[in-house]
Amino acid sequence: MIHSLFLVNSSGDIFLEKHWKSVVSRSVCDYFFEAQERASEPENVPPVIPTPHHYLISVLRHRIYFVAVIQSEVPPLFVIEFLHRVVDTFQDYFGVCTEAAIKDNVVVVYELLEEMLDNGFPLATESNILKELIKPPTILRTVVNTITGSTNVGEQLPTGQLSVVPWRRTGVKYTNNEAYFDVVEEIDAIIDKSGSTITAEIQGVIDACVKLTGMPDLTLSFMNPRLLDDVSFHPCVRFKRWEAERILSFIPPDGNFRLLSYHVSSQNLVAIPVYVKHNITFREGSSQGRFELTLGPKQTMGKGVEAVLVSSQLPRGVLNTNLNPTQGTYTFDPVTKLLSWDVGKINPQKLPSLKGSMSLQAGASKPDENPTINIQFKIQQSALSGLKVNRLDMYGEKYKPFKGIKYMTKAGKFQIATR
Amino acid sequence: MDEGKKLHVHDKVFLSLPLLISIIKLSTTAILFYDSLAFHNKHFCTLAKRQMLSMSTNNLSYSDQGGTDSAVEVGQETTPTSSNAGAGFGLFSVDFKKNEDLKEMLESNKESLKLEAMKRVVGLIAKGKNASELFPAVVKNVASKNIELKKLVYVYLVRYAEEQQDLALLSISTFQRALKDPNQLIRASALRVLSSIRVPIIVPIMMLAIKEAASDMSPYVRKTSAHAIQKLYSLDQDQKELLIEVIEKLLKDKSTLVAGSVVMAFEEVCPDRIDLIHKNYRKLCNLLVDVEEWGQVVIISMLTRYARTQFTNPWKEEGVFDERNERAFYESDEEKTRDETEAKPYMMDPDHRLLLRNTKPLLQSRNTAVVMSVAQLYWHLAPKNEVSIITKSLVRLLRSHREVQYIVLQNIATMSIQRKGMFEPYMKSFYVRSTDATHIKSLKLEILTSLANEANISTILREFQTYVKSQDKQFAAGTIQAIGRCATNISEVTDTCLNGLVLLLSNRDETVVAESVVVIRKLLQIQPTQHSDIIKHMAQLFDNITVPMARASILWLMGEYCERVPKIAPDVLRKMAKSFTSEEDIVKLQTVNLAAKLYLTNSKQTKLLTQYILNLGKYDQNYDIRDRTRFIRQLIVPNDKNGALSKYAHRILLAPKPAPVLESAYKDRDRYQLGTLSHTINTKASGYLELSDWPAVAPDQSVRNVEVIEPVKEWAPSLGKTGKSKPAKSSDDKFYSDSGEEEEEKGSGSSSSEDGSSSSSEESGSDAESHVQKNSSQSSEESDKSSSQSEKSSSESDSEKKERKTKTPLQKKTVKPTAKDSDSDENGNIAKEANSSSAEESYSDSDSDSESDSDTHTDSDSGTEHKKETKSKAKPKVSGPAFVPEKSHDLLHRMTGKGLSAQYQFPRQPCLYQPTMVSVQISLTNTTDHPLEQIHIGDRSPTGLNMHCFNTIECLEPEASVTVFMGIDFNDSTQAANFQLCTKEDHFSVSIQPAIGELLLPITMTELDFRKEKGKLLGMNESSATITMAAENMTSQPISRPVATVANLGVVPSSQGNVHRFAGKTASSRAVVLVTVELRESSTALITINTEKSVMGSMLLRDLKLALAQA
Repeated sequence: MIHSLFLVNSSGDIFLEKHWKSVVSRSVCDYFFEAQERASEPENVPPVIPTPHHYLISVLRHRIYFVAVIQSEVPPLFVIEFLHRVVDTFQDYFGVCTEAAIKDNVVVVYELLEEMLDNGFPLATESNILKELIKPPTILRTVVNTITGSTNVGEQLPTGQLSVVPWRRTGVKYTNNEAYFDVVEEIDAIIDKSGSTITAEIQGVIDACVKLTGMPDLTLSFMNPRLLDDVSFHPCVRFKRWEAERILSFIPPDGNFRLLSYHVSSQNLVAIPVYVKHNITFREGSSQGRFELTLGPKQTMGKGVEAVLVSSQLPRGVLNTNLNPTQGTYTFDPVTKLLSWDVGKINPQKLPSLKGSMSLQAGASKPDENPTINIQFKIQQSALSGLKVNRLDMYGEKYKPFKGIKYMTKAGKFQIATR
Repeated sequence: MDEGKKLHVHDKVFLSLPLLISIIKLSTTAILFYDSLAFHNKHFCTLAKRQMLSMSTNNLSYSDQGGTDSAVEVGQETTPTSSNAGAGFGLFSVDFKKNEDLKEMLESNKESLKLEAMKRVVGLIAKGKNASELFPAVVKNVASKNIELKKLVYVYLVRYAEEQQDLALLSISTFQRALKDPNQLIRASALRVLSSIRVPIIVPIMMLAIKEAASDMSPYVRKTSAHAIQKLYSLDQDQKELLIEVIEKLLKDKSTLVAGSVVMAFEEVCPDRIDLIHKNYRKLCNLLVDVEEWGQVVIISMLTRYARTQFTNPWKEEGVFDERNERAFYESDEEKTRDETEAKPYMMDPDHRLLLRNTKPLLQSRNTAVVMSVAQLYWHLAPKNEVSIITKSLVRLLRSHREVQYIVLQNIATMSIQRKGMFEPYMKSFYVRSTDATHIKSLKLEILTSLANEANISTILREFQTYVKSQDKQFAAGTIQAIGRCATNISEVTDTCLNGLVLLLSNRDETVVAESVVVIRKLLQIQPTQHSDIIKHMAQLFDNITVPMARASILWLMGEYCERVPKIAPDVLRKMAKSFTSEEDIVKLQTVNLAAKLYLTNSKQTKLLTQYILNLGKYDQNYDIRDRTRFIRQLIVPNDKNGALSKYAHRILLAPKPAPVLESAYKDRDRYQLGTLSHTINTKASGYLELSDWPAVAPDQSVRNVEVIEPVKEWAPSLGKTGKSKPAKSSDDKFYSDSGEEEEEKGSGSSSSEDGSSSSSEESGSDAESHVQKNSSQSSEESDKSSSQSEKSSSESDSEKKERKTKTPLQKKTVKPTAKDSDSDENGNIAKEANSSSAEESYSDSDSDSESDSDTHTDSDSGTEHKKETKSKAKPKVSGPAFVPEKSHDLLHRMTGKGLSAQYQFPRQPCLYQPTMVSVQISLTNTTDHPLEQIHIGDRSPTGLNMHCFNTIECLEPEASVTVFMGIDFNDSTQAANFQLCTKEDHFSVSIQPAIGELLLPITMTELDFRKEKGKLLGMNESSATITMAAENMTSQPISRPVATVANLGVVPSSQGNVHRFAGKTASSRAVVLVTVELRESSTALITINTEKSVMGSMLLRDLKLALAQA
């Protein structure tokens, strides 16, 4: 399946290669570089590139291209999903997935890749199993290893691999037993210039951090499970139980994992938590444009809107801006024409606004497109859809765990058209 | 190595004569080695010198490690090769120096230095630098004890073995040894590396290792062997036939761990051998949910292909309603099929339904590849009205990473052309965001265009309007094309679209204008009559438009419809005549065309202009234009020579032209299976497997019927012949099953005269339980008969067979007595049983899945007996357990079980249901305040263990408890048996994990026999350990006690006071297990275990060590 893997950084250098079958010359990447040159943006490199003898399937994460070399028919999503899994694993192990981190930990990276694929077919991709095979590097362990000469490689076959619950390692022990669940919802919306909603939908995930001793069996139930329209589960969730009772029943993996991602049924009207008043005009003939933007909260159920960040790609004709924010800071990059305004928290009494003028290229005709405005924000302690966890129970173990549930709403792809 | 050790003792510099000789001996072997590596002869002298020096140091350092094997030794001798080779390349002296110190580190005797060096070597490999010259230095660390070091050496070996085949061979013996290691991890990784070093010489070794690993106890090792199959196949295609045999074997494996990998191997090696799948089809369907996600993808795509060859088309009926377009083309065919379908309504094969049902939950997988593969399965296999369930999941995937979106959108694009309705409700999910990548945007446009219909077109057009204003001009141009497509597809909006496009003509951006012109041209071609004003408008814009393609389009329009704009066209031509020389080629060509057309229709006004342009064209730099000009001139300007042709000029140039068809690039993409690479790149990728058309008539369904090894349910007689009770034959085709049965029996008859009793005893197991419990009058009668005269039974059975309506009577004949025997008298009726067992064995030979099928335990015991007779002369008998521990284990806690609690213990009784099973006693207690109904065993686990369930407990009153027995075939492994314990409302997953000692059955044998047996099980089959015993264990009685507690073994009478012997056999494979405990002075003891199941032996040894040391 997957023949080889090349990691390419943003400047087009191959800084790591790994082969699972016969060695494929790195010149195969030339086809990739060609495509990279042709693409205007890094994101525009096509994920699948056919070459005379191979096929290149790549993903771009953290400004690193992970280029897999394929020789024959294979579902492209299979490869893409696997590459993302690799990135996730690196992130899990090293905290960040950057070129520097990968280069520093090249041995662990190699050991990981060796375990994750055998002859190009995924072998162990479950983080719990991998961590038993290869311990993640920590500063302490690195020091200890250099002194004692001990290794990062586990000596035992991960028990999970063979057990009924391959995602959980056995013999987990904690002094403090705790289980935290974060319900995080993201709202995707496109708002037109008049402020009416074109599309809005809510996607949510439940991320868990479970540190429980032994083999706990958890059940999690919702007050209003009917809200969930479409769900996808971590393999640990018992599907039949969900089908029958709408209860999540599972033996959790150890540590952090994504329990569930869901889509809120589209029948429910989505309450848009913020509104934007905008007035962006360019006058014909003058080299000035006016820019006005005001943000306000709307239907937030009494919760504050925080970490607001406004960004907008201004037309190419804009040379510079002279704007005044009532709060926060704004920056404008004259090269990329990207305007970003870090607003912070919205105070309902005193709405934040950004006003001023833009200087345009003299002589050029007025730009005929108005920019779209992208907004990011967070609302703590509230899930926009109204989803509520009813209770969390644990069976199979005797102790009483500490349980916590947190709700949060975030803006996903939240766009406002100004024209 | 002895020399080495000696050397170590002596001084490094001063070498005594015998030592020198010995070193020279070593060096000569090394030199010979060089020779084989085809080194230049002239290097010999220097080499030999270097050799001696480095050998001495090498041996010095090496001897510290002690007992390493010969392979490593040779590897070490060759070390100087690399230094020599390195020295040869003066150019790379820096590199060489660096590697030199790595080499020194690798040869040092400090583990940490070696590890450090290996880490740096791996760093070199990762960067793509050549580190092959270190091969000899690295390869000798292959036997290192340090696991990390070893793994890194493996990494190196796999990378460079292909280049250094001869040297790589030196490591092979290490792997061969590791293949026999009791630790499954080591066995697996040895096989992994062994099969990954692509050295053709070792193909036979690999083949052997694969075969062995394929029947390994550990599913993990078997999985590795499935991977190794593909590696070996790519190395040597000649092994195909042998490998297919292994695949066939592994396909039968019931472990979820193996399933994905073996199907992958199947797809790679023999995707056309669909016949291998038949028997495993249902099993694969049922296991699917529990297979790891990557395996799921592979299995689903294989099953899609399989289903297309085995089931009939589920779309036929609906085709009449749904696909009107197609019917128009194939009117007659369709009518025929309609007739057919009317005559014979479509019935979905239950196996087809099974596949659809079992894959559906996977739509909820977090793995996008799994979701996509289920989606394509539904698309290609499901009845039309069921396909739409995949929509939601596919739309969900659009939230995932950009690359995932790209693939999913491509597939949706293909689907949405055929089935608009599926995605229409989700139209808004395909709205383009400004942050999308360009290829995503254009795919979304594609889909939106396909989804457009009369009802939603206005919404879509409004959305398109905003896209046109996008800053991404390429995307804006794409939008204009999309508008064009909408306009042609939906006639209601053609005018609106045209007007909108005309407005765009005044757009400031050139690409937008140009694209609009091109699209308008196409639209006008479709309905030219009404739109002369648009043509006029475009003529007005002509001066402002600079994009050549757009200008050319306008010129073409003018020429084509010059009769509608008689005044403007000549004027445009006049302008063009002026600027002709500065135009692009494509514009020039169209100018010539326009001139020609005008000349034909309006020669009065344009004759001179045309001639002028033709003259300009005549001397153009571009030969195409010169050529065209020459051609046009000959065609239109009448002269003597070509009079005939110019008559037709009008018809040639102004012929009505068909309108261009604007259609999706994704039309007909579904000729490739969705979700495949070929679909994505729209060409056939190498290794793409074609999805066949539905067969007109379904092939034989019964090929999928499996002789399930499941124990037969006890209620079989009451239900008659159900698929479960005799799984070999499905319930609905009694006729076939019966005849098949008879044939089998005839077959066994040929090998044994006692076939009646054999077949009956063989089948007896299936009904043993029912028989005991139900005691139908008929069966008891018959059992009486058979017990009294077992010889008679053969003749009787034949006649009875014909009479009987079910199979049961026959089966029951010998059951009862044997079952009774087993209870009352273990040793009874040996002669008779021996007969039956021999027959039974011949029967089992014909049966693919060994004798584990069904027989009573006594039968099987004698079966073993019989086997042993053929193998060895020893005749051990199963004895009662020496000791039954009272310890019970929690099966289901009452909290988890909602008040139902269950405990299990091993009663150490031979299992009644099947001899290979271990009996398990389960006590169920109801701790709730209401009765629990219908407690039974539900789905058993993916591990697919063979087990015998207890009867459904109809009702369990509050606070009541009940004890039931089960039989589980653990297949001689300590892997847990998982199954569901169900009540009427609930089901709980539970698992039973046996200790190794519970998988044994005690046997009695004499000391003499014991020794004989032990003599056969030496070497590899022996494992031993010395332990310190607790003082109170030093007498005989307490020794047998802890041993018996740990393992179900029988005591062998011993003549020596200090030696205790125990004997048993494994339940499933009946391998003899012999344990010897020899007490020594100072309270130590030597435990020796002899068994051919070496893995079990080492596990048992561990348990015994623990028990004896602490007790």
